[in-house]
Amino acid sequence: MTNSSFMRRAAMAGLAAVATVGFGLPAMAQKTKLTVYTALENDQLDPFKKAFEVDNKDIEIAWVRDSTGVVTAKLIAEKGNPRADVIWGLAASSIALFSTMNMLDPYTPAGADKIKPMFKSGKSPETWVGMDAYLSLICFNTAEGKKGNKSAPASWADLIKPEYKDSIVMPNPASSGTGYLTVAAWLQIMGEQAGWKYMDALHQNIAQYIHSGSAPCVQAAKGERLIGVGLDMRGASEKSKGAPVDLIVPKEGLGWELEATAIIKGTKNLAAAKKLADWAVTKKANELYAKTYAVVAYDGVVALPKNYPANAEKAMIKNDMEWMAKNRERILAEWTKRYDGKSAPKK
Amino acid sequence: MSYLRVSNLTKRYGSFAALGDISLEIGEGEFVCFLGPSGCGKTTLLRAIAGLDPQTSGTIHQKGQDVSALPPAKRDFGIVFQSYALFPNLNVADNVGYGLVSRRLARRDVTKRVEELLALVGLPDAGPKYPAQLSGGQQQRVALARALATSPGLLLLDEPLSALDARVRLRLRHEIKALQRRLGVTTVMVTHDQEEALTMADRIVVMNHGAIEQVGTPQQIYRAPATAFVADFVGSMNFLSGRLAAPDRVTVAGLSFACPVQDGLAAGEDVRLCIRPEDVRVRDLPADASNRLPIEVAELDFVGSFCRASLRARAAPAIELTADFSSNLMRDLGVTAGSQLDVALPPDRLRVFAA
Amino acid sequence: MTVAAAPPHATRLRATRVGLSLDDLVMRLGVVALAVVLLVIVGLPLWSLLAKGFEDRDGQFVGLANFVAYFSTPALFDSALNSIAVALVATLIVVPLAFIYAYALTRAVLPLRWLFQGISLIPVFAPSLLPGIALIYLFGNQGFFKGVLGGPIYGFDGIAIAQVFYCFPHATLILVTALATADARLYEAAEVLGASRLRTFFTVTLPGAKYGLISAALVVFTLVITDFGIPKVIGGNFNVLATDVYKQVIGQQNFSMGAVVGLVLLAPAALAFVVDRLVQRKQVALLTARAVPLIPRPQLGRDALLTGFCTLVAFGILAILGTAIWGSLIKYWPYNLSLTLDNYDFAKFDANGWDSYFNSLQMAVGAAVVGTALMFVGAWLNEKTRGFHVMRGVVQFLAFLPMAVPGLVLGLGYIFFFNAPNNPLNFLYATMAILVVNTVAHFYTVGHLTATTALKQIDPEFESVSASLKVPVWRTFARVTTPICLPAVLDIAIYLFVNAMTTVSSVIFLYAPDTKLASVAAVNIEEAGTTAAAAALCIVIVITSAAVKALHVLADRFLLGRLQAWRRR
Repeated sequence: MTNSSFMRRAAMAGLAAVATVGFGLPAMAQKTKLTVYTALENDQLDPFKKAFEVDNKDIEIAWVRDSTGVVTAKLIAEKGNPRADVIWGLAASSIALFSTMNMLDPYTPAGADKIKPMFKSGKSPETWVGMDAYLSLICFNTAEGKKGNKSAPASWADLIKPEYKDSIVMPNPASSGTGYLTVAAWLQIMGEQAGWKYMDALHQNIAQYIHSGSAPCVQAAKGERLIGVGLDMRGASEKSKGAPVDLIVPKEGLGWELEATAIIKGTKNLAAAKKLADWAVTKKANELYAKTYAVVAYDGVVALPKNYPANAEKAMIKNDMEWMAKNRERILAEWTKRYDGKSAPKK
Repeated sequence: MSYLRVSNLTKRYGSFAALGDISLEIGEGEFVCFLGPSGCGKTTLLRAIAGLDPQTSGTIHQKGQDVSALPPAKRDFGIVFQSYALFPNLNVADNVGYGLVSRRLARRDVTKRVEELLALVGLPDAGPKYPAQLSGGQQQRVALARALATSPGLLLLDEPLSALDARVRLRLRHEIKALQRRLGVTTVMVTHDQEEALTMADRIVVMNHGAIEQVGTPQQIYRAPATAFVADFVGSMNFLSGRLAAPDRVTVAGLSFACPVQDGLAAGEDVRLCIRPEDVRVRDLPADASNRLPIEVAELDFVGSFCRASLRARAAPAIELTADFSSNLMRDLGVTAGSQLDVALPPDRLRVFAA
Repeated sequence: MTVAAAPPHATRLRATRVGLSLDDLVMRLGVVALAVVLLVIVGLPLWSLLAKGFEDRDGQFVGLANFVAYFSTPALFDSALNSIAVALVATLIVVPLAFIYAYALTRAVLPLRWLFQGISLIPVFAPSLLPGIALIYLFGNQGFFKGVLGGPIYGFDGIAIAQVFYCFPHATLILVTALATADARLYEAAEVLGASRLRTFFTVTLPGAKYGLISAALVVFTLVITDFGIPKVIGGNFNVLATDVYKQVIGQQNFSMGAVVGLVLLAPAALAFVVDRLVQRKQVALLTARAVPLIPRPQLGRDALLTGFCTLVAFGILAILGTAIWGSLIKYWPYNLSLTLDNYDFAKFDANGWDSYFNSLQMAVGAAVVGTALMFVGAWLNEKTRGFHVMRGVVQFLAFLPMAVPGLVLGLGYIFFFNAPNNPLNFLYATMAILVVNTVAHFYTVGHLTATTALKQIDPEFESVSASLKVPVWRTFARVTTPICLPAVLDIAIYLFVNAMTTVSSVIFLYAPDTKLASVAAVNIEEAGTTAAAAALCIVIVITSAAVKALHVLADRFLLGRLQAWRRR
């Protein structure tokens, strides 16, 4: 921000605060303002908005961005009187939930045929269409590993080695979608019984269950923890900033989640919303997604982000979304019973 | 016709009766004091008259108009509180003119009236000062000027002098009384100070436990207290426990005293015989003086202009009296502690109350 | 004049109903309006969330089933115990610290007293994120003092330390007020009676500050119980009620269970509140008009000791602030410690960039203006209206409610209430106005209390005098009451401004695309892992609030000094 624009903003804010105490600034232009709820990363918002608006000059995107949980809670709470026009970049599991609550306006975007089948809702018309997949993998801090003379893990099974005692962080599935998909992946890979046994053992090595899916890899990147289990892209971007962190794809396979686009039922800007949905499945859009995500929806667009492990897409497990949704409450209750609230000295 | 008539006024706080069936009338231009110990209901009565704490039941008529249900703003009165309640952020002139400004008077008229009032209370130069810069006595006068500014028909004073030094209080007593006389404004003052009431009031209403004990001029109240409470509360009083032997005789500890004829009491009843210390006679006792009593001076307390003497009857040590002996008398008769002499209790000065 | 005999038509049985003057009528209407406003901004939103505690996830009424489920889940019940434990410990640490600090400020001759007083306020200006971040820099696994605590900072220790920092100014403010109003005559009496200093302390000082101590303890306890920013950042696996609400609502979109936890969370806070009310009721004008103010005399040993203590505490506060500042200037902690200003270019970390900061300013000014007016006029109406006890009681209750309500609960309630399609107020939703309203509601209690206290301190007879002079009440309100209470009015405005700058938990659900606030942006940025930028944004908030506070002090000293010449003798 230049200095003069800073001053102008300051003056404007001051004036507005005095004059229109309480009321937001009126919209500047005649453009259709499309309210888009999202959980995309902060730094993605601006490029996405700009790219879309270049192709749709009459539409202006207004982001409401927060973590997946907050956005999901907000959308459900607003169910009676929706405020969002479109969702662009929110976990498909959340969107599937909205679908069961009859909150979406089904629409198959023009060009959706170019999208890989697993990135679509499978309904006709589609209730949602995917953009990208994010994965839950292992972030390992090499600097701390060297310092502590600890080897890098190569598999989920490695994580229960005693050398990692109290040095792993993972998201708390009760507060983080990433946490849940990670746990669900283990249960699907190993089967329920073995899965719980694995987590029992892993529990001994967990330093903390964090209330965020992106924080574990960040903590690992900053050496706050040796190992973080969590969102992939954040780990990659931290590494690009110079963090001594390696992204490891465990050989058993990866749990993953889609981010998707959907139109909210009752939007007053349906035409503009459809334009966004159309644009979101274009090749151009997917190339944009590919800058941060390893796996995107458009068939054939592949451009690994910087510092991203090459073998990730192949390691994605066969994820049964329906099973995940159906068993969510039961699994979380079981998980909470076993591991949550056991902050007291561990045996 | 009375200016203010209070009829059957009661005030309850839950089950506690702060005022029980009060009725009284006040004439135009009168200065009336409500006198009594704290908690007797005198302030409650004043606030009911002002409408600040409305009564539970009963009526109040002012100048013939029923004001019982009117809010304070619709009644005609000026009020001065113990705390003065001067507006600290307004100077004296603005305080005094406070009620005038909202009457749409011309600014010049307001200024003139304020000057007049300040002159009236003897503070002609205090206008631009703030209350905090004034002494307590000066603040009190400003409060008075403010209350009088709108020429109210009724002036209510709630313990106006009790926060002041003794000397200032004495002076203000006279000033307020003089002012009241000059303006002829009907005034009700609440006080717990009997001396204040006696010196200032045309009439005194003595109250106790939410009820009126006696209404009368200061002389009546002092000379002829209607109840033992009034006798005790106003001035000093000796109380001797005895029995009414005949309508005009009381026996105390075996000694018989003549007293005014008692109509309301039956012979044989337990009574209290009362006499004020200054009414105990020492000098020039006629030989046949009634109620002559040989005593011994047990103690002498020097009070300044006189001595308060504790006396004990020689024939009946149970009889103890206090009497006021002037310095002259002490010198003339050579009274000291332990002196033995005769005193008389003049029958016309004796009061008898049922025990 | 005679004692009038009861006239035959005496109406002794009929109770008098005093008529209402125009003033009375207007004021009563005002009280009703205030009650309605409070109901709309506090009562109904709260109810629309808490009612969900009795519904299942599909909105069917299920009675107490959710509560049964809650209390039979041991992990959730443990959180309640954890909350109480950490609140107790924080209270037991903060209150004595704050007491000694306040004692030094009021009863000792302290060099640079104003500086110590100013430093003690710093935590108020900071979002609760700040101590969390600073503690990770200091005691985290890569921190300067890692291992000093003998265990990980994440968890009980971290929450307790951060809460001590966060609550310290609140306790200190209350105790400074309690200790400042001392009657020197009591100390002279003690001295004359030959009481030792220690005995004087225990027989005069402590009893005098008793109510302040209780009040401070309850405020700290409530703050810790309801705060969720600190346990979220540094709580580790140590679950507390506030994070449980978060897990239920944000993690699982389970509003029913969130409401249940919210209600449970209300309980200790409400209990603390009731105790406070009972205690405060007993405190009637400890200080009479005749009291002689105590002016501390120099006393070398005591002063040196207390100066040392205050320096230590001040150093602790500055260390936490300093760490955050330093952290905000670091390129990539802990691997690249070179300094940079890049972290202050917020556009890099958040789509709204600096806009969110200006939104915050606008919101804070709005909350300060609207809130102060509402709280002061409201407190005045409620104090000065004659009679009308039931309605005034309702207002009093609604005014006290927000203190016990966690922001998260209030914020969600706002969505459910204000966004309901049949709510005529739903035009407010997603505007700056609703953020202002929400903030005013969230911080209503303290403002209301401040105004009420100030109003109670002025002569209760002003209104009586005005009535007798036939001056309308509003005129006395404007010409006398408000000017006298101006310092308290400014205090309320500053309090609202500062809290509006830092509040997160309630507004996080309510901002719209163009009304995102800096405090929320800081949380978002922190969540995304750019701790340095989050620290930078916190620092910008601290500097802003501190600057506004400094302006307030200057205004108090010079401007008010001139306007309020009448205070001088």
